[in-house]
Amino acid sequence: MGNVIGIGASPKRKEDQRFLTGRGSYVSDIKRPGMTAGAFVRSPHGHAKLRGIDKSAALAAPGVIAVLTGDDVADDGLGSLPCGWGITDAKGVPMKEPPFPMLAQDKVRFVGDMVAFVIAETPEQANAAAELLNVDYEVLPSVVGVLEAVRPGAPQLFDDVPNNICCDWELGDKAAVEAAFRKAAHVAKLSLVNNRLIGNPMEPRAAIAEYEPGTDRFTLWTTSQFPHVVRFLMGALVLNIPQHKLRVVAPDVGGGFGVKQFHYGEEAVITWAAKRVMRPIKWVASRSEGYVSDRHGRDHVTEAELALDETGKFLAFRVKTLANMGGYLSTFGPNIPTNLYGPLLGGVYTTPAIYCNVKVVFTNTVPVDAYRGAGRPEATFVLERIVDVAASEMGIDRVEIRRRNMIPKEAYPYQTPVLVQYDSGDPVGCLDGALVAADAKNFGIRKSESARKGKFRGLGYSTYVEACGLAPSRFAGRLGARGGLYESATVRVHPTGQVTVMIGTHNHGQGHETTFAQIVSEKLGVSFENVDIVFGDTDRVQFGMGTYGSRSLVVGGAALSKATDKVVAKGKKIAAHLLEAAEVDIQFEAGKFSVAGTDRMKTFEEIAGAAYVPHDYPLEVLEPGLEEQAYYDPVNFTYPGGCHIAEVEVDPETGTVTLVNYTAVDDVGTVINPMIVEGQLHGGIVQGVGQALFENAVYDEGSGQLLSGSLMDYCMPRADHLPMMKVETHSTLCTHTPMGVKGCGEVGTIGSPAAVINAVVDALSHLGVTHVDMPATPNRIWRLLQNASLPVAAE
Amino acid sequence: MQISFTLNGRPTTVDVEPATLVAELLREQFNLTGTHIGCDTSQCGACVVHLDGLPVKSCTLLAPALDGATLLTIEGLQGAPGSNRLHPMQEAFREHHGLQCGFCTPGMLMTAVALATEKPALTEADVRRGLEGNICRCTGYQNIVVSVISGAAAMNAAKGE
Repeated sequence: MGNVIGIGASPKRKEDQRFLTGRGSYVSDIKRPGMTAGAFVRSPHGHAKLRGIDKSAALAAPGVIAVLTGDDVADDGLGSLPCGWGITDAKGVPMKEPPFPMLAQDKVRFVGDMVAFVIAETPEQANAAAELLNVDYEVLPSVVGVLEAVRPGAPQLFDDVPNNICCDWELGDKAAVEAAFRKAAHVAKLSLVNNRLIGNPMEPRAAIAEYEPGTDRFTLWTTSQFPHVVRFLMGALVLNIPQHKLRVVAPDVGGGFGVKQFHYGEEAVITWAAKRVMRPIKWVASRSEGYVSDRHGRDHVTEAELALDETGKFLAFRVKTLANMGGYLSTFGPNIPTNLYGPLLGGVYTTPAIYCNVKVVFTNTVPVDAYRGAGRPEATFVLERIVDVAASEMGIDRVEIRRRNMIPKEAYPYQTPVLVQYDSGDPVGCLDGALVAADAKNFGIRKSESARKGKFRGLGYSTYVEACGLAPSRFAGRLGARGGLYESATVRVHPTGQVTVMIGTHNHGQGHETTFAQIVSEKLGVSFENVDIVFGDTDRVQFGMGTYGSRSLVVGGAALSKATDKVVAKGKKIAAHLLEAAEVDIQFEAGKFSVAGTDRMKTFEEIAGAAYVPHDYPLEVLEPGLEEQAYYDPVNFTYPGGCHIAEVEVDPETGTVTLVNYTAVDDVGTVINPMIVEGQLHGGIVQGVGQALFENAVYDEGSGQLLSGSLMDYCMPRADHLPMMKVETHSTLCTHTPMGVKGCGEVGTIGSPAAVINAVVDALSHLGVTHVDMPATPNRIWRLLQNASLPVAAE
Repeated sequence: MQISFTLNGRPTTVDVEPATLVAELLREQFNLTGTHIGCDTSQCGACVVHLDGLPVKSCTLLAPALDGATLLTIEGLQGAPGSNRLHPMQEAFREHHGLQCGFCTPGMLMTAVALATEKPALTEADVRRGLEGNICRCTGYQNIVVSVISGAAAMNAAKGE
């Protein structure tokens, strides 16, 4: 049986050897014989009519092979980029869904909108020729903010989308909420902005496409989190390529965070172009090109009101949000600020009535879609901020008001008033654990020490729950999903007993090659070294929906678990034959099939050998071979949750906020590999800290120019911005996933922005500050301190 | 133009366009694709290599600057060429889960080795400051910092043997 490394262990990662030695294989590392280079010509204007394109100068440039525009797309009768979710308004009217052409037709709607594709012998030649393309634009006024976009007289992006409103969506019992507000002892109100973010995986997007005329097959290598979905959307809905003639490969991918879980126009254009020029084409985005084409995240403007009784119990919660969609609907776009936002507004509290209205709005900006957390960080931020506001206004301790409203552990399963039913959780346990881990009781001492140095110290709490493990297909279908959200796994046992797993999720940093191998090692009793995980290639993996929404272990791991169960079941039949026993008497444990109550047994390897050399085998009733496949469709979302506590120090002289301590106690269900889970939490937390303190995508109103257009202008968290974080788990088991897992990819990003901002507000509360919008930059804080017109030095 | 330099221990002569960046030269002409290009403003540090023993961002260095110099890339960092033996810093990153997607990792390692060479007894603050020019989006830096401190200690111990 060798070296079994199972659930709960932290083996070093299988994928590390190639990454540590520079031998990873990312899309930009791949070369194909006869490969050409492609460059996209992108709109420099936020909003303009396309009057004409003169290709002649670009075509005459050295090395140029072809120049393709929207007219060529139209001539070939190709489709537009599909949206995977169709939401409806309160009356059941479908959202406005204007076409999203892969190369602009008639109009451009954001800086970066694709106008043409230039193919040349080298990248330098393609870029030089792209500069020579003569595009005649009639520049129109742009609108980039949601408040501005819905005002009368605002520039209109589409003729048939009045007031730029894609959908006026709502959720919850509006009348019940109004009734609760009428009898409230106190109403807390808060207006806030959830800042626009750029995901910034470290590997820029890239693609290579190739067409083989001999077999009439296309291959697309792309930086994607879900190659099968790209194959389906692009092949079936955009380019009309039959699925069996299209291979999509997503090899090593350098981070995703949502940015790579959409079907992008670049993928469709390059695949289509590869056949037109009959040569492989490679395109690699620069970072700045990614900034104007990678889908952005967040960008909400929200008004929230919380009704409370005289003891601080939440009676009702009302939220009105304007959510930015950008210039077109991206793959998941309209789903994020609606279905992944409204249902999470209950948080870990017993609030009996909730109403949420979201106006989904088009603007002249890059399309907005899922970014790590996707809707759930926005919901958590609104709720956890207004809880602090209410506590402060009512003079109730911030921990106490949370405790009074938390769902008790024994009340699970808990039905919220906003669709979702939480299966398990222990918010009070997480809160208590975090208070101890953060040494909250001695915060006063630390605050006094900071004051002696002239600094303001603050402590911030955030308790949260999220819905992940996307998703029960039937439930998602009712909410507007146009596809299924199951996952698949094939377990191939080789004649010598080693195992190759083909799985439909995609590993781009999460450690799947290690975690999934641990599951197989434990369940089949095979050596950890003897399990390999294959992903990211539609020719090798049967099918899959990919990796996003903390779904890989929850949904993919469940499919894998089911497939290993099938292997064991078949192994028992083979063992029963070989051991001349009844199948019911065969036990499987630690890699051995044995007859109960005897010492007669066969090893896993012997059974595998018998399956492939079936000389002594029940061929009449059993097929040879040992390979099983399973699809798994979850029965519910999973609901990880937890409590995060941030501690900050504010320098009143400069306005600089320093994060000095950070503590997270998260309930992620069963932990397969503690080392990997901890790493996911670290990374997730820092992305949320980035939103709270540093990151902001800023557009210029009117021109539609992206002002934060490079890593020089968009502040990413760096090593010296951060303290050592303390992360712990306090797990309750998910009741409906095979291993009790809940998922951990997004929790850090969901809990952290509110914790950090609550800490900043706490640090400044003695100056009358009640809210700070993100990011809490030195500039913003310094201005707040000036406007507070109080002596800035701490006394 | 023709330039001669030592690449990962081997004398090399190559014809280059003078405007070629070292990162491109390594990736395109030598197929050394472990040196990554993550940005266009010299901010991310995925392309860090050692030029005459010092860490440099190879996306901001023109190929003619290599003439007569010694260049070390991630592919030359490990023990014997062609072996799977890891450098103590690589070993520390594996041990402490100092990498996730792997894209920033080569640049992180090259910067870390240079930091540890310059100052063997690194503090947490030294490491955090020293990694200012390297961006990682996956790890939140925590395990990278732990890895670098541990790797530096291992490098130091190996030197003393």
